Amino acid sequence: MHAPAAAEPLGADAAVMVGGDAPAVPVAGRRRAPRALIAAATVGPLLVLLPVALTFWRALSFGIGDAVELLWRPLVGELLVNTLTITVAGTLACAVVGTALAWFVERTDVPGRRLWGLLAAAPLAMPAFVTSYAWVSLSQDLQDFAGALLVITTAYFPLVYLPVAAALRGLDPSLEECARVLGCNRWTTFTRVVLPQLRPALFGSMLLVALGVMSEFGAFALLRFRTFTTEIYAEYRTSFDGGGASLLASVLILLCLVGVAVEFRVRGKARYARVDRGVRRAPRRVALGRWRWPLAAAFAVLNVVTLGVPLAMIGYWLTQPGAAAVTVADVSAPLLLSTTFTSLWFGLLAACFTTLLALPLASLLVRYPGRFATVAERIAFVSQGMPGLVVALAIVSLAVRALQPLYQGTTLLIVAYAILFLPLALVSVRAALLQSQQRLEDAARSLGLGRFETLRRVVLPLASPGLGAAASMVFISVVTELNATLLLAPIGTQTLATQVWADTTTLAFAAAAPYAALLTGLSLVGSGLLFVFAGRSALARAASG
Amino acid sequence: MSELHITGLGKSFDEHVALRGIDLAVQAGTLLALLGPSGSGKTTLLRVLCGFERADTGSIEISGRRVAADGLHLPPEQRRIGYVPQEGALFPHLSVADNIVFGLPPARRHARHRVAELLELVGLPATYADRAPQQLSGGQQQRVALARALAPEPGVVMLDEPFSSLDAALRVETRNAVVTALAASGATAILVTHDQEEALSLGDEVAVLWQGRLLQTASPETLYRRPVSREIAGFVGDAMLFPGTAADRRVRCALGTLPLAADQHPAEGAVDVMVRPEQIVLSAADGVDASVCEVTFLGRDLMVVCELGDAEATRVRARVPGYRTPRVGDRVRIAVAGDVCVYPR
Repeated sequence: MHAPAAAEPLGADAAVMVGGDAPAVPVAGRRRAPRALIAAATVGPLLVLLPVALTFWRALSFGIGDAVELLWRPLVGELLVNTLTITVAGTLACAVVGTALAWFVERTDVPGRRLWGLLAAAPLAMPAFVTSYAWVSLSQDLQDFAGALLVITTAYFPLVYLPVAAALRGLDPSLEECARVLGCNRWTTFTRVVLPQLRPALFGSMLLVALGVMSEFGAFALLRFRTFTTEIYAEYRTSFDGGGASLLASVLILLCLVGVAVEFRVRGKARYARVDRGVRRAPRRVALGRWRWPLAAAFAVLNVVTLGVPLAMIGYWLTQPGAAAVTVADVSAPLLLSTTFTSLWFGLLAACFTTLLALPLASLLVRYPGRFATVAERIAFVSQGMPGLVVALAIVSLAVRALQPLYQGTTLLIVAYAILFLPLALVSVRAALLQSQQRLEDAARSLGLGRFETLRRVVLPLASPGLGAAASMVFISVVTELNATLLLAPIGTQTLATQVWADTTTLAFAAAAPYAALLTGLSLVGSGLLFVFAGRSALARAASG
Repeated sequence: MSELHITGLGKSFDEHVALRGIDLAVQAGTLLALLGPSGSGKTTLLRVLCGFERADTGSIEISGRRVAADGLHLPPEQRRIGYVPQEGALFPHLSVADNIVFGLPPARRHARHRVAELLELVGLPATYADRAPQQLSGGQQQRVALARALAPEPGVVMLDEPFSSLDAALRVETRNAVVTALAASGATAILVTHDQEEALSLGDEVAVLWQGRLLQTASPETLYRRPVSREIAGFVGDAMLFPGTAADRRVRCALGTLPLAADQHPAEGAVDVMVRPEQIVLSAADGVDASVCEVTFLGRDLMVVCELGDAEATRVRARVPGYRTPRVGDRVRIAVAGDVCVYPR
C-alpha cells in the first residue's frame, strides 16, 4: 500500500507557500555536491530502474511474432478490460466517498464529525487482502466485479479522504464568502470555488488510488476477479521464470507508468498557494438542520461496511474452532509466534534500510537542488507505479541468472521492499531534513559548535521525528505487503501476510483469523508510531517557523 | 436618500452580546468609516450586513429593499452587496480578469465585460488582466478585489480592514487608489477599520463602535473636535483631560480661561476639559509658566512634555513643529489655541 504517501507530499509541499509581497528567498550560491553524496544518492534510483529494465529486457527477448501472439489473445483483452474497469470504477468511487466525507466532516455540523474523521483514516491499517478475506469468509457469493469494487473502495477511500480533508482545512473561508456575496449559492460556490481548489489534492490522490488498484493482487485473487496481477501470478506459478509473465508485466508497467506520468504533471503544476497572509477565521459550518441525524446514520453505515464487517468477521473466526470453516486447519502457537517475529524482523530491517537509502538522496534534494537531484527524485518516484509482483518477478529472474547464492535469501526480499517503498521514505526524510534550515545551523556555528556538534545537537534532533515517521511508514507497508513477500520470502519462512493468504486460499478461514488480527494490530501500532512522529515533526516545524 | 438603513440591529453569540441596538444610515454615494477597537463588534456588524451571520433583532435595508428583519434573512448572494475582505481573497485558480467578472452572469463573464474599464478605475494597467493573483503585490491584490466587488454594480460595498495587512508605504498608495475608485464609481461604501487616521481621512462620515454600541456618527472634523465622550476623545486621537469649572461659555482650568466651542451644549459647574496636544502653543506672549521636562523628536514634529508651576505640578503634552527643539529645563509660557470641549463631572 502506498497509503501514507498520499497525505504526506501534499502536506509537506503545502507548507511552502508563496506570499504576495514576500521577496524571493535568496538561493545560496550554487555549490557542487560532494561526489560521495552523489554516488550514494544514485543507489536508490538505480535500484528502482533495475526491475523496470529487467522486465522489459525479458519481454524483448521474445520475438515480435511470439509477443504479438501471446498478447493478442482474448484472455489479455479480458484482463485489460477488467483491470481498467475496476481501476476507473474504484478510483471514482473512492473520489466520491472520500470527497463527500471530507466535506461533511470539515464543513457541516454533522454529529460526531471528529469520530468520523478519525475512523476514516483507520482502513489504512488494514490491507485490502485482509478486507477481502473478511468479506469472502462472510459469503462466497461476494465475488467478481461487485465484490472487488466494494473491497477496493473501502480499502482505498482514505487515500482520497485524508488529502482532500487537509486541503479543505487549508482553504481560506473568505474565498467562499466572497463567492456568496458575488451571487453564488451554496452549490455553485462549491463547484466554482471549492472544487477547483481541491483539484490538485483530489487528482493526486485519485492517481494514487488508481496505481494502488492496478497493483492490487491479494484482494482480487481472493475474490477470483482476474486482472493483470492475478494472471501474472498464475503464469509465474505455472511456468516459473517463463517469459509470459514478464510480457504481461510489461503491459501492466506501461499502464502504471502512464499513471505516474500523469501524476507528475498534476503535481508539477503549481499548487494553488494561498494568495493572502495573516490569520483566518474558522470556516462557518453549514447547518444541516433535519438532515443532521440521517447523515450521521449514513456515516455509521459506511463505517459498518469499511471497518465493522471486516473486524467483526476476524473476531468471529477467532472464536470459532478450526472445524467450523470450510477447510479444517488448526492454529499452532509456535507458528503464530514465528510468523509474527518474521513480519516484525522484515519490517524493521526494511524500515532501516529504506530510510538509509533515502537519506543521501533527500540531502541532495534539500542541500544541492538542481537538475540532477530532480531527475533522481523522479526516477525514485517511478516505483510508485510498480506493482510489488512485477518487482518481485524481476528480482527472481535476476537471482536465478546472476545472483544464485542470494536467491531465496532475506537480502533480496529487503531490497525488493526498499525499491517498492523508497518514495514513501523519501517524502518524509526530505521533509525531515527541511526542518533544519541553514540559518539554524549558521546560528549554531556562530555559537561555537563544530560541524559534528551542529549535526548532533541541531540537525539530528530536528530531523529525527521525520526520520522516525519515514521508518514507521515503511514498516507498516512491509508488514502488510503480500506480493513480493510471496515470491521472495526464503523457503519455509512465513510472515503474517503470507499465512493469511495461505489459509484463506485454502478456505481455512478460522485458521487465518489470528494472523489477520495480529497483522492488523501490528499495522495499527505502526500507525500509532507514525502519528506520534508526525505530531512531533509538526511541532518542530512550528518552532523553526 | 440613504442607500443603507439599519434599525435596532442586535446580535449575540451564546452569552456574549456582540451588537446592541445599532441604528445607522449611510447616504448614497458616500463612504462611511466604521471605526472601533478590536473586539468592538465592527467585523460582526459587517458580517451581519453581508448576510454571513443572521441578526437576532432589527432590520436592514439596502437600496430600499429589506434584506433582514424579523423572520427575514436573505442569503448573501441575494443582497446585491460588494465585499472586499481583509486579505483580498482573490480566487487563486482564476486570472485577474476572471476574478473581476466572477460575479457576472455567464454571457458577460465570457465577454470579459468591463474588465479593462474596472482595472483602469482601480489604477492598474489593462495588461494585468491575464496575470495570476499570486503575481500581484498585496496592494494590487486589494485593488483587484475592489474591482471584483464593483463589477456587478452593487448597492453598497463593504470593505473589511482592507489596508491592515499592507506595509506603510503601500498602504497610503492603495488607500488613495481605492478611495478614488470608489468615488469615481459613485458607490456607497462602508469601510471597517481600527485605524483612527484612516477613518478620519477617508470617511465622509465616521461611526464609532464601542463594545457593540454605536457611540457617535459624525463628520470626521466633528468627531475629532467634539467627541461626545471622554472615551471617544481618547480613541480618535491623543487627548488630555484637565479638571475645570465652566461658566458663561468659558472654562477655567490649569491652562487658564478657555473659550468653549460654540456648537457645544453649554455646561456649567465642575467639568473635565479636553485639550489636544497640537492645540498647545509653547512660548506664547502671555500664558501659563511651565518648564520643559521631556522632549521626543519625531521628525516632522516634536512631543514636548511640560510641567506647570501649579500646586499639582500638572503635566501637559504639546505637539509642536519639529524645526526647533526646546531643551529639557527650558522655561516656556504655554497657551491653548482654538476652543475646547468639556465633559460634565
